Amino acid sequence: MKKTIPIGLLIFFSVLSLFVGVQSISITHLFQFSDLEQLVFWNTRIPRTASLIIAGATSSVCGLIMQHLTQNKFVSPTTAGTMDSARLGMLVAMLFFPASSILIRSFIAFIFAFLGTYLFIQLIKKIPGKNQIMIPLVGVMFGNIIGSVVTFFAYQFQLIQNMTSWLQGNFATVTKGDYELIYVSVPILIICYFFAYKFTIVGMGEDIAVNVGLNYERTQMLGLLLVAVTSSVTLVTIGGLPFLGVIIPNIVSQFYGDQMKQTLWITAVSGSLFLVMCDILSRVIRQPYEVPVSLIVGVIGSIIFIVLLVKGAKE
Amino acid sequence: MRKHIKSKMIIQLVLLSVLTIAMIMLFLTYQTYGNWEFALLLRGKKLLAFVIVGILTSFSTITFQTLTQNHFLTPSILGFDSLYVLIQTVLFFIWGSSHQRDPRLFIINVVLMVFLSVLLFSALLKKEKQDLFLLLMIGMILGTLFKSMSTFLQVMMDPNEYDKLQGKLFASFSNVEVSLLVLVIPIVMLLVILFMKAANKLDVLHLGMDQAINLGINVGRFQKYLLFLISLSVALATALIGPITFLGFIVANVTYQWLETYKHTFLFLAGALLSILFLVSGQFLVEQVFQMNTTLSVVIEFSGGLYFVWKLLKERGGNT
Repeated sequence: MKKTIPIGLLIFFSVLSLFVGVQSISITHLFQFSDLEQLVFWNTRIPRTASLIIAGATSSVCGLIMQHLTQNKFVSPTTAGTMDSARLGMLVAMLFFPASSILIRSFIAFIFAFLGTYLFIQLIKKIPGKNQIMIPLVGVMFGNIIGSVVTFFAYQFQLIQNMTSWLQGNFATVTKGDYELIYVSVPILIICYFFAYKFTIVGMGEDIAVNVGLNYERTQMLGLLLVAVTSSVTLVTIGGLPFLGVIIPNIVSQFYGDQMKQTLWITAVSGSLFLVMCDILSRVIRQPYEVPVSLIVGVIGSIIFIVLLVKGAKE
Repeated sequence: MRKHIKSKMIIQLVLLSVLTIAMIMLFLTYQTYGNWEFALLLRGKKLLAFVIVGILTSFSTITFQTLTQNHFLTPSILGFDSLYVLIQTVLFFIWGSSHQRDPRLFIINVVLMVFLSVLLFSALLKKEKQDLFLLLMIGMILGTLFKSMSTFLQVMMDPNEYDKLQGKLFASFSNVEVSLLVLVIPIVMLLVILFMKAANKLDVLHLGMDQAINLGINVGRFQKYLLFLISLSVALATALIGPITFLGFIVANVTYQWLETYKHTFLFLAGALLSILFLVSGQFLVEQVFQMNTTLSVVIEFSGGLYFVWKLLKERGGNT
């Protein structure tokens, strides 16, 4: 089966990811760790790999759902203002509730992410001529504008450095005790699976969805809610991962088709696989230091995205 | 009827010019405390930068929005801002901060930005199926790629150098080099002539690609030519003062709303006047009212953001 290949690769690279790093942990010591090895393994390696797998899966699944909701192959949290809206929420949390817990911060980020994405979906309904590429372009402009408001206030209150370093996608800071929020995404992924069929129908257009008796608006809202929750949780715990949500669903749909119920798991697995591989690369490329994984994702992701676009345009 | 509209527009333009000149006078003379020469020298330099940037931004944005048939986009979507940041970062990385006042830096900046965008257009608009939106999308993705690359270099940079670089990356009208202005003015004049010459064809393009082809315009070549003019203008403006995203957006949209015409000659003139007016009064506000507690670029970005959201909500309300 074709599907076993990504799963097998994911398992291989996840195990590899556990044993890559400055503090060498030998796999042969697995059952007789020294104290130091044990500490590193349980406090940083396991959390890191777990959050990589979850973040990769959620980012790509979010992208997949958004692409169905907007009927556009190139929409994702990065290209629909979701991420920038969540950033605005983070800023608001930092300004008005400086002592708030990570839970409250993500809740505020979530509200902004939801409102921003909802505004965007309303906006694209009004755009004349449904050009496939026009919609993400407007989305990025929309995100830029929200981003500039964030910069305005961050500059006023001297929070720029704080925001930049915090919201840059980076797994080096993931340690036991402050990343567990990301597990919130797991039940949401399961919910997504149950609604996958409905999202597929929404992806066929409002007319068809209403014809088969689906509550179009409510399903769209539900999808948005799920996307907003997971995006903001990922942003708060990890940071931004550019284009992950666009490229993975597109590659997967080229191999496995567009029926979401069947491609959802494989999309999740491929997203995790891609992120785990990027993270390993980010750790070995400049040893003994590491570069933020968002850089690797940004560089590789943009190149793949361009290839996808040019290929798509040829067909 | 047409004559009536035309005279109304001419009145509007005259009104706008009077207002702009009045604001410029106020800006130049307000609270000079008798230090005429000094104030004029200092403010005159800024004023010149405002005029140049105002013209370049409004002309290029209006052209770009006609080209893409969309009033929500600005040329910055092509990735110019992040390219500017990347070039600055790379040059800082190689040469350090000691060269930052060198006019050669400016020339390298403009040449590289124009060269890369021409490379992009000619690679992508060559195929029989001319897809402008594909080009824009790729420009946007390249923008993210450039951003990732500059962040990568910035992370590796010496912290002191990084501090100096940060200062360079925020748009600023106060550090404009006079020697550069001399270099830029002839190019700006040339660009103005070329844009004005293209105005009639742009009126036709405004009707849509298919109509323009039917009416005998070689759209493919015209697009490439316009994109070249746009990228040269944006590159010049960005290299001169740094990245400002929303000036063009505000000015172009206010111009459409106010003039209610598709005639590009009028749009260009009104747009240029409006952006100069906007920049001068913005600077006036920053200097005299906020007492320099903020920078002009921040004011522009913020009001641009507010205006965008307002326009968005208005369009929504109007159509439902």
